[in-house]
Amino acid sequence: MPIVKLQQVTYHYPFTEKPALQDINLEVEEGEFVAVIGPNGAGKSTLCYTLAGFIPHFYKGELKGIVEVDGVLVQDSDLSDWVLKVGLVFQNPFNQISGAKYTVFEEVAFGLENSGVPRSEIIRRVEEVLQMTGIADLADRSPYSLSGGQQQRVALASILVMQPKVLVLDEPTSQMDPIGTREVFGVIRQMAEQGMTVVMAEHKVEWIAQFADRVIALWEGKIYLEGKPHEVLTDERLVEKGFGVSRYTTTARLALPRGLWQKERPLPVTLEEAVAGFSALRNARRKQG
Amino acid sequence: MNIQIENLSFRYPNGVLALRRVSLEIAPGEQVAVIGQNGAGKTTLVKHLNGLLLPTEGRVRIGDWDTRHYSVAKLARRVGYVFQNPDEQLFTKTVAEEIAFGPRNLGYPGERIQELVEDALQLTQLQAMRNTNPYDLSPTWRKMVAIASILAMDTPILVFDEPTTGQDAASVTRLAMIIAELKRRGKTVITITHDIDFCAENFARVIVMGGGQVLLDGPARTVLGKAEILAQTYVDPPQITRLGLRLGLAEVVCTPQEFLDAFEKQCAA
Repeated sequence: MPIVKLQQVTYHYPFTEKPALQDINLEVEEGEFVAVIGPNGAGKSTLCYTLAGFIPHFYKGELKGIVEVDGVLVQDSDLSDWVLKVGLVFQNPFNQISGAKYTVFEEVAFGLENSGVPRSEIIRRVEEVLQMTGIADLADRSPYSLSGGQQQRVALASILVMQPKVLVLDEPTSQMDPIGTREVFGVIRQMAEQGMTVVMAEHKVEWIAQFADRVIALWEGKIYLEGKPHEVLTDERLVEKGFGVSRYTTTARLALPRGLWQKERPLPVTLEEAVAGFSALRNARRKQG
Repeated sequence: MNIQIENLSFRYPNGVLALRRVSLEIAPGEQVAVIGQNGAGKTTLVKHLNGLLLPTEGRVRIGDWDTRHYSVAKLARRVGYVFQNPDEQLFTKTVAEEIAFGPRNLGYPGERIQELVEDALQLTQLQAMRNTNPYDLSPTWRKMVAIASILAMDTPILVFDEPTTGQDAASVTRLAMIIAELKRRGKTVITITHDIDFCAENFARVIVMGGGQVLLDGPARTVLGKAEILAQTYVDPPQITRLGLRLGLAEVVCTPQEFLDAFEKQCAA
């Protein structure tokens, strides 16, 4: 049974003629990790807002079709109930941080306080999440004294601590250093393994290939391609439409006409695939030579 | 215009020592990338260039101006600063007004302002959006408006704080073109970035920061091959450089083309 179900979803922001999402059909299974890619303006953030209930409860405009999470229609639910099921990590952490709290610890505890969780449990869960997201050492700092990447970790922690059934993330690592990005992908993967359903808008294809179960490529508000990460991310049609592709894929494409990549071999997305492919070719060449 | 940073230390009011005795010299017309983990001190460092922050110890000089003796408004003639978050700097009703604000504030004559605005619109490919409200644009284009508004101030030095954040492939290419044009015009460009591949492909000099200090400083090719030091500050070498290192290529490579040339040579050897 899919936990997230979108059927023929079309959405217009107020006073716009062109739909931001058009005829979206999407089902996500419990515990699945789905990555959403697409150029800026393709509808990634709008899709995130739709799943998170901000559309139609906060952004007005016109929503058509079925948006259902865990058997409940978004139109039949209050935003305050919905956010307990679906957590959204914003693209810009400034939009997430409450401004009402002096320390990272309090900021991360804010949501639990609001839902009346007992104090001892709040402390336990916040400590656990700070550890998991790698910001335990920042617990006493002001959220506003942190760098962009650190704030993104705080934003992630403040949602994870709520233990939503569905975790929606809008480019959650855009301001993070590269190794931090990998760590955060690891944490999110671990959440999915534990049964949390994940939908993540992201540009970083190398990590998507390693961590996601499925990739949705959005283009002008529609689902353009969908499938296993490797199939989608090496599809030539992505290049035409200006999607970001892995530099390993680009390099192998350039290598093909020079006879430096074996024709029968799938194109690489990750470092390991590229190393394996180029090593195989080198060994083959040396044997011949 | 020369930038001289001597023994710069900076402590935030909350007690965090964000920079520890940093010394750097940046020559006129250099293209420099600053990389390093979150919290390494990158933004703190560049905020010293236009006087937004003043040294706790040490000295920063922009040309012959010591930043302690010049206001931020004065320093704005020499150093243009594009914030990480464009929403922190946009406030007018149209894109064109936003871009004209900087040069007007610097007291340039009307004709020059017009020229600078047109030039900035063209460089950022914003011409068609000149009469749009910046807040009706997507974050990607808002970032371009923020960049254009600084370009139009025609300063000898430009600082970009994470210009590639959340930008798609087309937008990153546009940024690379802007930086190449600024180089052609002899401007100094200092860019903070986590996009290490962008850094490898567009900057000759790379400064690596960690724990408030400069860990590495030199030509991109030398710096980006040092995987162990980079790892200390949570940075991986660029994708292509990593591939070259893993395959044991003789030289450090930064672009797909360089990789293929070096790899072909290795195969033939």
